[in-house]
Amino acid sequence: MTTLTTDNLIIDIPGRAPGSPLNLEVRPGQVWGVLGPNGVGKTTLLHTLAGLRAAHGGRVLLDNHALASLKRKAVSQQLGLVFQDRQDGFPATVLETALIGRHPWLSAWQMETGDDVATAERALHALDVGHLRDRLVSTLSGGERQRVAIATLMTQAPDIWLLDEPSNHLDLHHQVAVMRLLAGQAASGRSVFMCLHDLNLAARWCDHLLLLYPSGEACWGPAQQMLVPSALERLYNQTLVTVEADGAPVFVPVRS
Amino acid sequence: MPVSDIFRPLAMLALAGLAAMLVSVSVGSADLGVGETLSVLAGGGSELHRTLILDLRLPRSFSAFATGGLLAVAGALMQVLLRNPLADPYVLGLSGGAAVGALLAMLTGAAGFLISGSAFAGAVLATLLVFGLAHGSGSWTPSRLLLTGVVVAAGWGALITLILAMSPASRLPGMLYWLMGDLSHAGHPWPGLAVLVLVCLLVFPLGRSLNVLARGSLQAAALGVSVRSLEWLIYLVASLLTATAVTLAGAVGFVGLVVPHMLRLALGNDQRLILPASALAGGTLLVLADTLARVVIAPEQLPVGVITALIGVPTFLFLLYRSR
Repeated sequence: MTTLTTDNLIIDIPGRAPGSPLNLEVRPGQVWGVLGPNGVGKTTLLHTLAGLRAAHGGRVLLDNHALASLKRKAVSQQLGLVFQDRQDGFPATVLETALIGRHPWLSAWQMETGDDVATAERALHALDVGHLRDRLVSTLSGGERQRVAIATLMTQAPDIWLLDEPSNHLDLHHQVAVMRLLAGQAASGRSVFMCLHDLNLAARWCDHLLLLYPSGEACWGPAQQMLVPSALERLYNQTLVTVEADGAPVFVPVRS
Repeated sequence: MPVSDIFRPLAMLALAGLAAMLVSVSVGSADLGVGETLSVLAGGGSELHRTLILDLRLPRSFSAFATGGLLAVAGALMQVLLRNPLADPYVLGLSGGAAVGALLAMLTGAAGFLISGSAFAGAVLATLLVFGLAHGSGSWTPSRLLLTGVVVAAGWGALITLILAMSPASRLPGMLYWLMGDLSHAGHPWPGLAVLVLVCLLVFPLGRSLNVLARGSLQAAALGVSVRSLEWLIYLVASLLTATAVTLAGAVGFVGLVVPHMLRLALGNDQRLILPASALAGGTLLVLADTLARVVIAPEQLPVGVITALIGVPTFLFLLYRSR
């Protein structure tokens, strides 16, 4: 299993002064949450970690190999990403969409085998979209598309899972189901690194947190140490009330 | 997708193509009948029939097949490149550039190879122009490429009108036939067929990458596809296919748009199946259309582009209306 580290990484956000350098170490078995207000660079960070855009400074390493020096295909076997925005304009069925997750694992002349189809179908069932396998993705609801996207990542089966707001569009039950699935993947030795807007999902399911402040500052560490109400209030510029429920802190914004 | 799911539809399309070729070489100013045609193809038959079929009709049918196949594969590739199922090489102004090249050559009184060569040069110029302008100062997005192509195509359209307005009346019929697509002056079909077969062999190993690219460039990059070089390759290959097709037969419309779209509705969205199927179905369609163009008002001939548009428009609208 692969460890993702960043060495003095500074992400590149056009029109903004460079933020403080990040020295993260995302180890197998960990579930990381990235918290921060809109426009602070959460998506940019994920894309930089995946090697899809250049950093302003520093390096991303996969098991001590600089990601920039690795072949894209090798990267995509170790690291996968669920995007926040998806292009579903071109027609494809749910099963076809999930099957593209096998792409990194097949050579140019290989066709997908029955095993690959079985892997994709298992992933679709795990995300509760197995019954939609022959539907066109463009005809699905937002939450169903989100689950198909996560199933595609599950079919890809990389060691490191990057997810950009995986709970978007999901109803309450499926939010919990997806979080449970991600925690299960981490328990089996993978690592999960996701941007979240829901503080309470992060408090409930993440063991490590990265807080990105609009000023460019960042702090990270084990979740219990990061879930300090005053720090979170400063993060979102929002007064919070903290209560304890079902064994985890719950943060509720005050009304006025 | 299991291999048999790919070969069965392709085998059926290949049979349909053969049948269309057989019909196409049998009918015309002298109807030979299938039996007579087969005996000529087997090496028998009278001298007159041999000349008629082997020297006149067969090369033209092959040219029609090559043109249709080239245009359909080019359309299918452009649709993946632009992530838009309604894209086609003509939308990007490639045929406009080719037409301006061909018409300028006709205006100066050139004939034969000079017209084809000039059309090819025009298509290449149009390709470079659209790609260069859309690329601009860095990234190009599908919508930017599409818009650039549409605007450049409109520019070519204006130039075409200008050339037609300036041309002496005696040259106008030839020009109009070329603009609507016409196979009666197609040269040797072999270069076109060779390009078609080569490209189909080349794109097969790229097929799965194209499937991934159809889900968006970022998603493709995240799955290990080197997006930039793949997009360049698709664009260049599609341009080469279009340029070869217009060089053979002028501007035949609708094949590149309608054929891949119909096949997607019938066969799904796997490019490894859609691309070779487009080559076969596009070829078959144009062979049949050209046969119609030869016989409908015989001994006069219609431009084949008129037939493809007359078949293509209602078929396409019907399929679009019926689909979700």
